[in-house]
Amino acid sequence: MASTSVVLNSGTRPPSGGRVHAFLARLKRGDEIAHLITLIFAACIFALTAGLVFELWRNSALPRHQFGWHFLVTSVWDPVFDNYGAAPFIYGTIVTSALALFLAMPLGVGAAIFLAELAPKGVSNGLTFVIELLAAVPSVIFGVLGIFILVPIVRTDIEPFLHKTLGFLPLFQGPIYGVGFLAAGLVLTIMVVPFIISISREVLLAVPPEQREAALALGATKWESTWKVVVPYARTGIAGSIFLALARALGETMAVTMVIGNDPKISASLFAPGYSIAAVIANEFTEATGSLYRESLIELGLVLFVVTIIINALARLLVLTTTRRGTAHA
Amino acid sequence: MKKLALAGLMAVLTLGVLLVSKSPVSEANPAPAPDNALLINAAGATFPYPIYSKWFDEYHKMHPNVQINYQSIGSGGGIQQLHAGTVDFGASDMPLKDELLQKLNLNIVQFPTVLGAVMPTYNIPGVTAELKFTPEALAGIYLGKITKWNDPAITGPNPGVHFPANDIVVVHRSDGSGTTFVWTDYLSKISPEWKSRVGSNTSVNWPVGLGGKGNEGVAGIVKQQPNSIGYVELIYALQNHLPYGTVKNSSGNFIKANLQTVTAAAAAAAEEMQKDVRVSITDPPGRNAYPICSFTYLLIPKKIPDPQKGKAIKGFLEWMMTNGQGMVESLNYARLPKAVVAIEQRSLSQVQ
Repeated sequence: MASTSVVLNSGTRPPSGGRVHAFLARLKRGDEIAHLITLIFAACIFALTAGLVFELWRNSALPRHQFGWHFLVTSVWDPVFDNYGAAPFIYGTIVTSALALFLAMPLGVGAAIFLAELAPKGVSNGLTFVIELLAAVPSVIFGVLGIFILVPIVRTDIEPFLHKTLGFLPLFQGPIYGVGFLAAGLVLTIMVVPFIISISREVLLAVPPEQREAALALGATKWESTWKVVVPYARTGIAGSIFLALARALGETMAVTMVIGNDPKISASLFAPGYSIAAVIANEFTEATGSLYRESLIELGLVLFVVTIIINALARLLVLTTTRRGTAHA
Repeated sequence: MKKLALAGLMAVLTLGVLLVSKSPVSEANPAPAPDNALLINAAGATFPYPIYSKWFDEYHKMHPNVQINYQSIGSGGGIQQLHAGTVDFGASDMPLKDELLQKLNLNIVQFPTVLGAVMPTYNIPGVTAELKFTPEALAGIYLGKITKWNDPAITGPNPGVHFPANDIVVVHRSDGSGTTFVWTDYLSKISPEWKSRVGSNTSVNWPVGLGGKGNEGVAGIVKQQPNSIGYVELIYALQNHLPYGTVKNSSGNFIKANLQTVTAAAAAAAEEMQKDVRVSITDPPGRNAYPICSFTYLLIPKKIPDPQKGKAIKGFLEWMMTNGQGMVESLNYARLPKAVVAIEQRSLSQVQ
């Protein structure tokens, strides 16, 4: 989503009016051609997105008419009796993504600050290379590692520990299976952290050295210049990396379905098994024979799209308000 | 600058035109083939994919001009594509009921090809014996009514096995699958409550349990999770040497699933299949019949527009029922009983 709007903003400048002459003159200089080409590219992206939404909308007419808004709030998913509700899937998608961002944000931004500002250049480049490799690993690999390595650790160590120390919170109660919201959140954290680190590091490196020098000249320590000048300066870019991570977390399918437990229930406990929108679509679409069943799965796709837009908008709003308050400008 | 920009524009436009005009042509010719090559497209169930791909491959070797291209996209996808007319025939793990055929306006003959079976696998610390399961125990566990391993319904048929008093962790498939259909079809037959509350399908609304993706997902959770029970497909269990229990059949014998007991289940149903091959063969009569198994089907249109294709498809079906059956056991599929083959050979005449 982030990239779409960036492209659109740069491409939708309306062609200024004026005479044909002026237009031809500009055409000769090449500006107008560049404008036209980039406009076409931007329009392509927009058309693709619009077409996608339209198709999802068109192909989910049956459940939209049959269930209406109830689709969003009921929690029965029954392919045998053709009764569908999306609430547990929406809940699972949001909980796992929120958990992933909660863990990945400090981890990712912290690591990026270290790599960009504090680490020796050689170390920074080497580590960044490894981190970018991590971003290229297919999600099914994370899923497999999740099942065979992470889930047993979660079951035997992490969840009993959380239960013992923070068990008074409803978040950390209930039977321990290993698979569930917590495991899915942890796998997602590992998957999205490279995005945050890699992009945030680039953004931090792009902060003009004058900013640092000015802060140091005013008597700031190295850390003060980093934390109070460089990071706020790069804030928008860092936020962008978090949006990208969020989008990836919301839409992740394979790794999540392998560790989330795939049980469409809403539970307060992070130990409980759950389900996510992307996971149920991937799981059931291939064998969905009834038309109401199939179209309900398509409507889930539409719901995921809308959820992504809403969460992205909320996150943007949050960033907008915090950057206004800040001192530095990007 | 000007020339460069213009050249760029031209290049982009040409490329675009080329891409648009090229794509349908390139899709129609996926692979080089002899001049009189006959490309037949099929799509559907994933469970029989290994044997289908072997069959189509062997058949191609014998008839180099016939090339059958099978996409294992799932039964639902196969039915959709058959309905849309994008494939010449489909495949499904679940027989298509008249109601669905009418709704999709499909005029097809359904041919059972091979058999699969589903069995309970479990992981109970301290229990190494091969467990015996009654239908009541399996239904009770999956309905969430039997919650502890030391429940009398489980311990009864297993004297001498010491069960812990732990909670049972129920595991099922999360992806829509023929395996789930067979399992739930069986539970529907032996438990009226299951039938009315849950029913049978490739995915159902499970009363209890964790979902694992694929046989490997279920086996993975069961292997790691103490006190768990799940169900897996016969081939997967055999290939991965999973422990699995025996199930009591309608004659009262505890039967271990293997290729022979599964074929025996199908043979017991042959009488009923005279009328309609789309019978469910779960919980069949027969002393040695394993109760949780099913056919997988090819969905062949009654009228194949291209006569050459029609001939090739019929030729393949004929071969599949005879020589083709000789290959199935090497891939751990149970073969069709002779009586069923005879029925299918008769229904071959319905395809024109």
